[in-house]
Amino acid sequence: MESNDAQPAARPLLVLARWFDPSVAIAFGCIVMLLLLGSLYSPSFLSPEYLLQQLKVASFLGVIATGMMLVILLGQIDLSVPWVVALGGMMSSAIAGWGPVGEALAIPFGIGCGIGIGLLNGIGVAYLRIPSMIITLAMNAVVQGLMVLYTGGFSPQDSASAAMRFLATGFIIPNLPNSVLVWAAIGALTVFVLTRTTFGRAIYAIGNSERAAYLSGAPTQRVVMTTFAISGGLSAFAGVLLAGYASKAAQAMGDPYLLPAIAAVVLGGTSILGGRGTYLGTVAGVILITLLQSILSVMQIAEAGRQIIYGVVIIAMMLLYGRERSASNR
Amino acid sequence: MKDWRFLVREQRGTLIAVALFLVMFTIYVSYHPAGFTLNVVTTASNKGVLLAFVAMAQTLVVVTAGIDLSLGMIFVLTNCLASWLVAGSPLETAFGVVAVLAAGLVCGMINGLIVIYGRLQPIVTTIATGAIYFGIALLLRPVPGGEVNQDLADALTGKLFGRVPASLVVLLAVVVVIWIPFRRSLTGRAAYATGSSEAAAYMSGVPIRRARFVAYSLAGLLAGIGGLFLTFFTYSGEASAANGNTYTLYSIAAVVLGGVSLFGGVGSAIGAIFGAFVFRTIGDLLFVFDLEPLWQPLFQGMVLLLAVCLGAFRLLQIRNRLDYFG
Repeated sequence: MESNDAQPAARPLLVLARWFDPSVAIAFGCIVMLLLLGSLYSPSFLSPEYLLQQLKVASFLGVIATGMMLVILLGQIDLSVPWVVALGGMMSSAIAGWGPVGEALAIPFGIGCGIGIGLLNGIGVAYLRIPSMIITLAMNAVVQGLMVLYTGGFSPQDSASAAMRFLATGFIIPNLPNSVLVWAAIGALTVFVLTRTTFGRAIYAIGNSERAAYLSGAPTQRVVMTTFAISGGLSAFAGVLLAGYASKAAQAMGDPYLLPAIAAVVLGGTSILGGRGTYLGTVAGVILITLLQSILSVMQIAEAGRQIIYGVVIIAMMLLYGRERSASNR
Repeated sequence: MKDWRFLVREQRGTLIAVALFLVMFTIYVSYHPAGFTLNVVTTASNKGVLLAFVAMAQTLVVVTAGIDLSLGMIFVLTNCLASWLVAGSPLETAFGVVAVLAAGLVCGMINGLIVIYGRLQPIVTTIATGAIYFGIALLLRPVPGGEVNQDLADALTGKLFGRVPASLVVLLAVVVVIWIPFRRSLTGRAAYATGSSEAAAYMSGVPIRRARFVAYSLAGLLAGIGGLFLTFFTYSGEASAANGNTYTLYSIAAVVLGGVSLFGGVGSAIGAIFGAFVFRTIGDLLFVFDLEPLWQPLFQGMVLLLAVCLGAFRLLQIRNRLDYFG
C-alpha cells in the first residue's frame, strides 16, 4: 500500500495538498474581501451579531445547496427546487393543523413529500434516461399545479407547528440559531457520506463517467435515483424551515432559491459537468452569495443595481477559476 | 430506401409536433363556441407567436448542445426598451425597432462571447447574464408603463388584407429571413455538427466558434423580436421577473415538444414553433372545456411531463446496455 510507505510526518501535508482546492481558497478569499469592504462602509459588518444573522439566513440556502451539490456532482441538475421548497412548507403546515398527531408528523411529512417528488425525478433520470433539466422542470410545473390547486392560488392560512418554529428560530445553544445547527448537522453528514461511504464515492464516479462506474460494478441507476430523492428531501426540509421562520408557507416561497443555489454550488468550485467538487466549497459559495445579497441590500442599492452586480460578480468569479479547457487542448 | 423516407426519418420530431398541433387545434376550434373563424385563429396565433419566437431562439442554442436561460430576460429587456423607443413619428418608430432588435442581438452576442471565449458553462453563464439583463430592464421600467406606436402595433397584431393573421405572416417572414438561410449556410451546418460531437467537429476543421457565436447572437435577436411583439400586444413595458422565467422555461418545453434534442445536433426551429403552438393550445383547451382556471397549471405540467416521458421510448431501441449511459 502506498500510504504505508509515506513518512508519518508527511502524511497530513499530503492529505492537505489533496484537499487544497484553489477555487475554494478564492471563494473564502472573496468572503473576507466582501466583509472588509462592508466594514469600510459600516463597522457593524464585523460584529458577531451581524455575522450570526448572516449564517442564519445562509442556512436555508445552505440546506438547498447541499442537495443541489449532490445532484450537480452527478453531472445532473435539479430545477424542481422552487416548488418542492413550497411543497415542503405548505404540506408540513397543513398537517400541523391536525391536532397533536399532526404536530408530531408535520416535519417528517413535509420532508417525505419532497423525497417522493425527488424519487420521481430520480426514476425519470436514472431509468427512463430523460435529461434531468427537462424532467425536473416538468416536475416543478406539476408540483406547482398541485399546490395552486390545493391552496386555490392564495397563500395558505395554516401556520407552522411549534417544532418547525423552534428548528428555524429557536436556540439550543445560546446565541447560536438552531437553523445553523441544522445546516451544520446536514453538512457534517454530507461530508461523511461523500468521503467515507461507497455511495459517496459512487456519486463522484458517476459524475466523471457513468459508463465507467457501471462497468466497475457501481449500482449507478440506484445511486442516481437515491441522490435525486435526497435532493428533493433537502429542498422540502428547507421549505419546512422557511415556513417555521415566517411561521407560515407562502406561494412561490421557493422561487428566490433556485438560481442562488446553483450559483453557490458552482462558485464553490464544483464542476457543473459533475465529478469534481468539495462540500467546503459549497459552504463558501453559500456564505459568499448570502453576504453579497446582504451587503448590496444594506447599501440600499436598488433591486436593479443588485441584479446587475450579482450577475457581474458571478461571471467575474467564474472567469477567475471556473473555465473549461478549450477544445484544442482537451 | 427512397429519399422521402430519409426525409421523414430526419424530420420525425418536427412532423410529430405538427401532427400533435393539428389534432389539438382541431379539437380546440371544434369545441370553441365561435368555431373556426378568423378572429379565433388570430387570437390564437397572437398568443402563440410570442412563445414561438423565444422557442426558435432556444432551438438555435440547443442545437449546438448549449442552453440559454437568459432568453426570457432578453425578451423582458427588449420589451421594456421598446416601450421607450418604438413610438412617435414613423422615422422614430423605425429607428426604435432597429435599436430594440440590435439590443437583443447584442445581449445574445455577450452570451456567446462569454460562453465561447470565457469558456464558461452555458447554464451558469446565462443565469448570470439573465440577472444582468433583468437588472437593466428594471432600470428602464421600475414600474410598468410606457407607450408604443399604436398604428404599427395594431397592424402587426391584426389581420393582413382582412384575411390572414399578421403575426403569423411576420413569423413566417422571420423563418424565411433568419432560420432557413442559417440552416442552409456553412455556419448552420457547423452548428449542427458542433452539437452532435464537438470533438469530431473540431477535428474536421468545422468553424465551431463561429457557429456557436452566430447561434447565441441570433438567439438574442429572435428573443428581441419576441420582446418587440410583446410590446405590440400589451402597448407597454414591464420588467417582470416571473414573465421572463416563465418564457425561459416554456421555451425549453416548446423545444422538447418540437422534437429538438437537448443533447444537441437534432431538430429544427420549425418543430420548435409547432411545439410552442402545442403548448399554448394546451392552455386554451382548458377554456373551451370549461375547466376551472385553477386546474390550468397542473394540466399544463402533466402534459409536459407526459411529453418528456414519451422520449423514453427510444430506450426500447437500445441493444447494448452500455448505450444506456451514453
